[in-house]
Amino acid sequence: MTDPIPSQPETADAVITASDLNLTFQTNDGPVHALKDVNLTINKGDFVSFIGPSGCGKTTFLRVVADLEQPTGGQVTVNGVSPEEARKARAYGYVFQAAGLLPWRTIGGNIRVPLEIMGYSKAEQADRVRRVLELVHLDQFEKKFPWQLSGGMQQRASIARALSFDADILLMDEPFGALDEIVRDHLNEQLLELWGTTGKTIGFVTHSIPEAVYLSTKIVVMSPRPGRITDVIESTLPRERPLEIRDTPEFIEIAHRVREGLREGHA
Amino acid sequence: MMWIALALIVWAAAFALNVFLVRNKAPGVGYLVPVIFGLTLLFVWEGFVRGFGISPVLLPPPSAIGAALVSKTHILWEDLVQTFFKGALSGYIIGCGSAFVIALLIDRSPFLQRGLLPVGNFIAALPIVGLAPIMVMWFGFDWQSKAAVVVAMVFFPMLVNTVQGLQATEAMQRDLMRTYAASYWQTLVNLRLPAAMPFIFNGLKIATTLALIGAIVAEFFGSPIKGMGFRISTEVGKLALDMVWAEITVAALLGSAFYGTVALFEKRMTFWHPSQRH
Repeated sequence: MTDPIPSQPETADAVITASDLNLTFQTNDGPVHALKDVNLTINKGDFVSFIGPSGCGKTTFLRVVADLEQPTGGQVTVNGVSPEEARKARAYGYVFQAAGLLPWRTIGGNIRVPLEIMGYSKAEQADRVRRVLELVHLDQFEKKFPWQLSGGMQQRASIARALSFDADILLMDEPFGALDEIVRDHLNEQLLELWGTTGKTIGFVTHSIPEAVYLSTKIVVMSPRPGRITDVIESTLPRERPLEIRDTPEFIEIAHRVREGLREGHA
Repeated sequence: MMWIALALIVWAAAFALNVFLVRNKAPGVGYLVPVIFGLTLLFVWEGFVRGFGISPVLLPPPSAIGAALVSKTHILWEDLVQTFFKGALSGYIIGCGSAFVIALLIDRSPFLQRGLLPVGNFIAALPIVGLAPIMVMWFGFDWQSKAAVVVAMVFFPMLVNTVQGLQATEAMQRDLMRTYAASYWQTLVNLRLPAAMPFIFNGLKIATTLALIGAIVAEFFGSPIKGMGFRISTEVGKLALDMVWAEITVAALLGSAFYGTVALFEKRMTFWHPSQRH
């Protein structure tokens, strides 16, 4: 067993904090400890990856932050308020494992869904749709329907949708999990570029060690049964990261530490 | 004998013509072939009925049915207005409309879901031959009682389909709406109703044929001296089978047109559904 992670001091620019967070699902096979005593602070502008095997609670943690699951114990704050208040203030954009675009709307129409719900004016909607589509390099596809696009393009459109209303926090739950390696590399690069230009705080769930190391400023390693944090790694990589950085000793060193953390959690 | 021979010759000739047209990929062959086939069928029917001297009570020749369609157009039209526009269509709109509204209520409340679905099922299970005379007692001889029978017939299929359609969204899409802090109505309009459309149209399509059948059969149990069901039951009594067949022809065409219209709307509104993409 590893030493328990000491709860980190709250800094002035903490965006997401969790203290002694617990979540137990009651199932027919008895209680399942999805999250046990999770303590974590995510600061403004951080790119935080959550990595671990299935059932380690990484997705559950993100869903608690998004107020899609209710914790059974402990405290979570988002922008200093409860997840529910943060959700109602539209503090975050959420990207799911699948793009989940509405097939009866065009790509532009899909991005307008949150904007319409949030009551932006028509002119503002059109403006924002154009802007976020440029951001994810889909400006030629505004009038296309989702089923006319490839999986990678659909996922980019769903990222554009999450960006459209300018939330400071972006929560991404294995957004590239279903895509092939080449598309994934490309989207990782684009995501870093986007993070650089927008300065958003990003929470990113992944299965992939290289992806976590390449993208993150902070890597949270988790382990299952009960779901808990086994290691938090502060990346020493610079913020500017070309794809080749993955061949540097520094990168390999961090990846090694992540792998060690995962192995420990399994033992 | 001559009629039978002629019928067989025309059959063989038309068959050969169709084969010829298909082999040569003549323009408009997709429409021409079924039309030729249909005309051949009518001609063979005519020839056999005449050639074998079949009693018109058993099977009138198409020419007699055609004559009835032409000479009694005003009666057929009056019957159609009475049965379709007054009885079937108003019952269809009331029945499907109320089923839709109640489906929305059921969807919001598990209590109603447990209570109302069995009641809907119960009404659907009532035999129309028992229901129709009761409706005539309650709502009178005119079209109102027919509309009531139609309401009872179309209500349940529409209700079940709509309720199921409203549950057709994925959990992820509902979560997405939640992350936008969307209200119940915003979620309904933007996500759940569009997703339910293929189901709703299934209900609407099934209801078209039920409505027409219901309105026609209900007239057997009392009606003013017009209406398709009334005409069929009285003309049978007079052994005027050509008129019965004329009414059946009108009902068949009408039913197809009604179904086709709804299917056309469906195609336009659910173009995005995998079953409609071509």
